[in-house]
Amino acid sequence: MIKVRNLHKSFGQLEVLRGIDYDIKEKEVICVIGPSGSGKSTFLRCINLLEEITAGEVYIDGVKINDPATDINDIRREVGMVFQQFNLFPHMRVIDNITISPIKIRKMSQQDAEALARQLLEKVGLSDKANAYPEQLSGGQMQRVAIARALAMKPKVMLFDEPTSALDPEMVKEVLDVMKRLAMEGMTMVVVTHEMGFAKEMGDRVLFLDQGLLVEEGTPDEIFSNPKHERTRAFFSKIL
Amino acid sequence: MEFLGLRIDMFESIWSYRELFIRGLWVTLALTAVGYIGGFLLGLAVGIGKLSKRKWIYYPAKIYVDFFRGTPLLVQILLIHTALIPSIFGHSLGFFVSGSVALMLNSAAYNAEIIRAGIQSLDKGQMEAARSLGMPHNTAMKLIILPQAFRRMIPPLGNELIALLKDSSLVTVIAATDLLYAGKVVAGANLRFWEPYLTVAILYLILTFICGRLITYVENRFSNSYVPSPRKMKRLAAGGRTR
Ligand SMILES: Nc1ncnc2c1ncn2[C@@H]1O[C@H](COP(=O)(O)OP(=O)(O)OP(=O)(O)O)[C@@H](O)[C@H]1O
Ligand SMILES: [Mg+2]
Repeated sequence: MIKVRNLHKSFGQLEVLRGIDYDIKEKEVICVIGPSGSGKSTFLRCINLLEEITAGEVYIDGVKINDPATDINDIRREVGMVFQQFNLFPHMRVIDNITISPIKIRKMSQQDAEALARQLLEKVGLSDKANAYPEQLSGGQMQRVAIARALAMKPKVMLFDEPTSALDPEMVKEVLDVMKRLAMEGMTMVVVTHEMGFAKEMGDRVLFLDQGLLVEEGTPDEIFSNPKHERTRAFFSKIL
Repeated sequence: MEFLGLRIDMFESIWSYRELFIRGLWVTLALTAVGYIGGFLLGLAVGIGKLSKRKWIYYPAKIYVDFFRGTPLLVQILLIHTALIPSIFGHSLGFFVSGSVALMLNSAAYNAEIIRAGIQSLDKGQMEAARSLGMPHNTAMKLIILPQAFRRMIPPLGNELIALLKDSSLVTVIAATDLLYAGKVVAGANLRFWEPYLTVAILYLILTFICGRLITYVENRFSNSYVPSPRKMKRLAAGGRTR
């Protein structure tokens, strides 16, 4: 479903991604791990073109996204993204955060969009917060709204960039639970995370990135119990 | 009664010129209003232009701002009134057109910088979140960025209004019948300077004071929190919508 070929990304002189090849299949949950600065976020952001791709190709459903003829906005509508810092729109109520893009981009009617939003809020366990403003929510609640907001566009794939890293420990679980449910419903997900528990439990594949390269890839079992590469082992010995 | 040559009794003769001063007040207010509103809209375009990655948008915007901030308003007024407008239209269009155009072009340059800074002060995650939902850049600007950025711009935009109100007195040089001009006429007629110019000063002070209060009111209304006050909540619950 997502095909990454020889993906390179540089910021000026700094080469952050140095040739990544990977295929993501439908309904797979891919967890991306690796040390800080290894290019995990950059990898994710290249998939919805929040970063311009320096060289190589990314295909989503056969469409080359970094083709000048491709409309970036069309691509992004199919790719949901959840950020570490939530990035909710603070000037809108929760429900408007969720309905704004279906209404403005998908041209959904106000009524339909609100019905959809309420359904999504129920799914993330926040039915009672529709009329609240983001500043009235806790971090965990904000992140769940952010997930609902992304889902409202009915994306084919969801990207998560360390969705729980900015949360107080007691709120991590509520967000991970929502993500687990999403995974079980068959959503295709790419998750950059430091939550090794989540990766072990939910990941179909785990990718270990280091210094801009895909060092190792496999099932959680393979990666966590039996890492082949020295660098992967070194990483685990530091964090576990 | 006299103090440093200031004669209180002379204010009586000022009173007899009240219509001149009132007309001047209106002219000053009208020039300021037209200049400010026009300057705001143009400043919005120029300010967003200064954020563009496209060189053919960025450089004209930058040159515009540099020119109008780097040259005296007085010179701009004279250039526009005596050179620009006559050479386009073949004749003068009167002080009001020249004056308001000059004030508009000048304040646009200052507003552009305020607007640019206001937009840049927002977390870039806001734009990224909007774009990641598939919003085109302009839609994201309109729905997500500008509504938030405007709140931060209110104090500097308010200062700009007061500055413009005072600077509008420079149009006197093209014989605009503004507030300062009224003072000048009265001064010339009576060969008294203290009382007419002091009157002008006090009237400007009153205007800037009123503007200041207005700005404070707007600032408080849009202060800090996006959560509506309980009173507004009730009104919304009674059938309104937010946004
Ligand atoms: N916009 C940018 N301009 C310049 N350098 C950048 C930019 N974004 C990221 N980098 C650099 O690219 C490298 C990889 O960054 P990236 O954010 O992808 O790492 P990461 O693996 O997500 O790290 P972390 O775990 O800390 O989030 C870092 O060295 C970072 O400083
Ligand atoms: Mg990162």
